[in-house]
Amino acid sequence: MRNGSSAVVTKRELLALIGTIAGSAAMYNAMTSLGLAADSAYKGPIELSGDVKGASVLILGAGLAGMTAALELRKAGYKVKVLEYNRRPGGRNWTLRGGDIYTELGGFTQNCEFAEGQYFNPGPWRIPYHHRAVLDYCKRLNVALEPFVELNHNALLHASGAFGGRPQRIRDVETDFRGNIAELLAKAIAQGKLDEAVSTEDREMLLAALKSWGVLDQNYAYKADLDTADYRGYAKGPGGGLSAAPVAGDTIALSEILKSRLWRHLQNFAAHLFQTTMFQPVGGMDMIGKAFAREVGDLIHYGAKVVKITQDSGGVTVSYVDSKDPAAIQTAKADWCICTIPLSILSQIPLTVGARMKAAIDAVPYASAVKIGLQFKRRFWEEDESIYGGISFTDLPIRQIAYPSSDLNRGGRGVLLGAYIFEGASAYEFAALPPAERIARAVDFGSRIHPQYKDEFENGVAIAWHRVPFTLGCAGYWTDETRAQHYDDLCQIDGRIVLAGEHASYLPAWQEGAILSSLDAITRLHERVVKM
Amino acid sequence: MALKRAARTFHISLCTSAAIVAAALVFADGGALAQSTVSAPPGRVPSSGFQFSETSGETLYTNVCQACHMPDGKGATGAGTYPALAGNQNLAAARFPVTVVLHGLRGMPPVGYFMTDDQVAAVVNYARTHFGNNYSDAVTAGDVKAVRQ
Repeated sequence: MRNGSSAVVTKRELLALIGTIAGSAAMYNAMTSLGLAADSAYKGPIELSGDVKGASVLILGAGLAGMTAALELRKAGYKVKVLEYNRRPGGRNWTLRGGDIYTELGGFTQNCEFAEGQYFNPGPWRIPYHHRAVLDYCKRLNVALEPFVELNHNALLHASGAFGGRPQRIRDVETDFRGNIAELLAKAIAQGKLDEAVSTEDREMLLAALKSWGVLDQNYAYKADLDTADYRGYAKGPGGGLSAAPVAGDTIALSEILKSRLWRHLQNFAAHLFQTTMFQPVGGMDMIGKAFAREVGDLIHYGAKVVKITQDSGGVTVSYVDSKDPAAIQTAKADWCICTIPLSILSQIPLTVGARMKAAIDAVPYASAVKIGLQFKRRFWEEDESIYGGISFTDLPIRQIAYPSSDLNRGGRGVLLGAYIFEGASAYEFAALPPAERIARAVDFGSRIHPQYKDEFENGVAIAWHRVPFTLGCAGYWTDETRAQHYDDLCQIDGRIVLAGEHASYLPAWQEGAILSSLDAITRLHERVVKM
Repeated sequence: MALKRAARTFHISLCTSAAIVAAALVFADGGALAQSTVSAPPGRVPSSGFQFSETSGETLYTNVCQACHMPDGKGATGAGTYPALAGNQNLAAARFPVTVVLHGLRGMPPVGYFMTDDQVAAVVNYARTHFGNNYSDAVTAGDVKAVRQ
């Protein structure tokens, strides 16, 4: 339409038309049939049209929620100002590199000693393909993305008490688990034990499917041979020339897999959030925050700690302390306020909102999470073990080892995610340790999976989110009960104040939640402003 | 029950790792906890399961509470504040810290969910008799149980 061709109705216009005539349910159905909606709540670039009448907005927090609001509201004609506690943009969108100095609560300081080009994302580190809002802003703001390897069949599953402590390949566990279950089911069918559940017509097809799915032989048996090796890999891979014939390895018996409990890790790769394709920004997650700041950085007042938020019929007044002048309390005023301060902090700040929003702010505890980045002299996981990206899982307190998805097969140094611990006892226990001790533990535990750790480790950084001064926790910890009781009250506009951030979304701890929440908040605020 | 679901919902929605979802389900449902034989470096031994394995008030404080309230019990301040337990009047009535440990308070997670009644009593008694606090009326596991329900 913008090109002047009035005969062609764009998809967007068609949807708007359907929405106007038939309501949102019909629009949703239409969107789904056009293959647009389903996976994502993102509706495409926001359009805030209408006269904003010179209205001003004060945004608290320059994370992705705050900067999304700043970018879109300025574009819509608002006078925008942002107050940010940190001296950098991004909030939890954060990357550490060599030379960075980080002091956590309690005063423990870490100097990141990573080599040039190495980095570590202490917060978000991957983007699902259906997080369309994040992806769209990356596209619009020219943030280069690359694939993030979530599933690597050659990465490891490890149980301290199984297989003599030897880690197993994901491909072996997955193929053998599936094959054994297929065999078991085929046996039950052959013995007539599933006659009640499976009709005669389905029986033959199910057997054929099990044979194919589980790689069973003509007798419906799962066994170690070159057919199953095509899926689980070989003891000796196919080569060229003499002595090149492949040799199949041994399979793992079902009872061994069950006992080891390694099966529970297979769920990681099934979850919708972790299905391929996942992405990461080239060079570190903070490329997104920096890209936003290129657009709205001139609006951000860094080093401002909010200490009080008041509103009346005339507007909002925010009191803050500038870290350069800690003795003085300064104020900023605006017609409206979008507050993205984490609830762990906002719940401590005097704030004039109604009892219901206050109760909602006070109802959400913040989760514990610890991430540890470890630099090694060489990428032994690639050079010695053919593990290129992906994640190994263990029942040790470090829980995961994630291999970098970038600079693959180039040799030289690399930074691993050497621990990713959230909730459960060890998340708190690691947070209670001094950073150097967290790193020492991660190296010690990790060396049981990769013995190369001991020789190749160089340095690390350990971020415990309950010690992070700007969040006091990892993310809002909602339950079904607290959501039912408080979520709508948290998201409602209260007078002249509206909240946004991952905590005001159904995607807690995800950047997508922060952006979607912000887009929803500014849409509702804008409707109110233009109707006034 | 509500808290069990809380842990579940959180893990599923946070979805930083479905492995932990599975672990949480297994552990929270009281299924056989496959205690791995972990020989940690000397010093504090991390718990291998979802629940805290420490038993004394001192080890619970050192391994859990001091993450936020700090080794000296004086708390810390950034954009927000972790309150000091040292000289904190709110510890005078024992029921208050028991309630906070069990049910959380604003941003503070209900860490007592990962502890037995004995553990909660031990750590509350520790905080109420250290950091300059000197309250002699010890809390029992029975007191904790009454507040947990």
